[in-house]
Amino acid sequence: MRGLRVFFVGGLISYRALFGWMTPMVYIPALIVTPIFQILLFAYIGKAAGAQSDGFYVIGNAIQYASVPCIFVMSQTIADERFFQTLGSILISPAARLPLFLGRALPVILNALFVAAFALFAGGLLLGVTFSGPSWLRLVPVLAMAMFSCTGLGLITGAIGLRIRETAVLGNVLVGGLLIFCGADVPLPALPAWMAQIARVVPLTHAIRAARAVAAGASLRSVDGLLAREGVIGIVYTAAGFGLIRFMEWQSRLYATLERV
Amino acid sequence: MNLKMVGTSGFFIVTSTIQPVIFATIAFYMFRAGGQPGTLLYAALGAGMMGVWSTTLFASGGMIQWQRWQGTLELSVGSPPPMALVYFPFSLANACIGTYALAATLVWGRVFFGVPLRLAHPWLFALALPATVISLGLMGLVLASSFILYRYANAMSNLLEYPVWVASGLIFSTSILPGWTRPISWCLPPYWGVLAIRHAALGGEVWRPVGMVAALGVACLVVSTATFRIFETRARARATLSLT
Repeated sequence: MRGLRVFFVGGLISYRALFGWMTPMVYIPALIVTPIFQILLFAYIGKAAGAQSDGFYVIGNAIQYASVPCIFVMSQTIADERFFQTLGSILISPAARLPLFLGRALPVILNALFVAAFALFAGGLLLGVTFSGPSWLRLVPVLAMAMFSCTGLGLITGAIGLRIRETAVLGNVLVGGLLIFCGADVPLPALPAWMAQIARVVPLTHAIRAARAVAAGASLRSVDGLLAREGVIGIVYTAAGFGLIRFMEWQSRLYATLERV
Repeated sequence: MNLKMVGTSGFFIVTSTIQPVIFATIAFYMFRAGGQPGTLLYAALGAGMMGVWSTTLFASGGMIQWQRWQGTLELSVGSPPPMALVYFPFSLANACIGTYALAATLVWGRVFFGVPLRLAHPWLFALALPATVISLGLMGLVLASSFILYRYANAMSNLLEYPVWVASGLIFSTSILPGWTRPISWCLPPYWGVLAIRHAALGGEVWRPVGMVAALGVACLVVSTATFRIFETRARARATLSLT
């Protein structure tokens, strides 16, 4: 019961405390308008290159842009506690670490889900790409799985943020890397073999493929293999992120570097 | 001084080198996938210009905000020279850092994608590039002046990055955009800048876009001189100059 309270209430309080600055004046430009223009940019490059349909770029970029809240917000959720000098108070508490850190991921996943869904809707509307009602229903679990696996990557960057200062730089590089590798704009067969191999083990790749199939009318059952792979990637990244946080916590106790900013 | 500060910032090194290389890579693969590998230099120049714009935008937005945080904004505002003159070298330095982007995408394209670097008009390219950089710096000055009043400079920068990339047709021709966006493109220095650079590199008329980019640069200078004065007066009247 205490674990559940730490997971839900702790996660919510932490999100509200750390992101109180995210007013509509910040949220709308960064997480509502920008993903729509990212979709437009790549859709028009695609038109100029004669590469793929508009729907391909709407789905790929709407899901890929959600990596911004997943990676940046998740890493700030941890790194900012250090910046505000509250990390010590959290780590000294007897609360179990698993619900403590995973609870912080839940609001991030929900926020990213909203960002992706809105970008899908608005980008589709602008480019004349429509999704049927049943397609939307099938897209929700696919998007949720994508956000879960990407938040695992955010947990890793958050852990690294306990050691380095430039988490924004790291986040930008990772988001850019995902843009190349996850198949949002370049189909995997068009990438060199070694890049396609990397693409198969990064978050979002399988979910984007599943989302494209589902939007085209495929059933969830027909993409369960892709979703399972995305889920496994999410579990591996989350476990790695959690392990890295515990390691950094141990290191910071050892070298008294917990609140060094 | 600003050149040194921005040049050693990890964020700006990423924005001006790694991010354009990422966009260039995606564009190269997209053009290849579409069966148009001959347009790779076109893509490299466009991705480079995207980096020039991003660096100018974020650094121009940031310079007022950083001075606020460091408590030096009041000193700059209180100094005898006009604000536009104080911040013009800052903005120009930001745009100069942006040229790293162009260099990065051209080198990246040459080394990893075999993009030929034969320029159709090398001397005109040497003219078009600084004209574009200076004009973008002056456009950054207009943006910076508005950030005196606006406390969410970073959010505003986020808002303007992609729309200007799209409206300027940095990596595709604006002829494929809806017709109503055409006048917006004409008002943007990056539109004429990329046209001048592209024509100098690949062939085409260079003087007209260079003339337009210079004219828009002068217009930005005039506008920024006025806006700096107006916004400074308002910020003093409302006591919001050091608002963080």
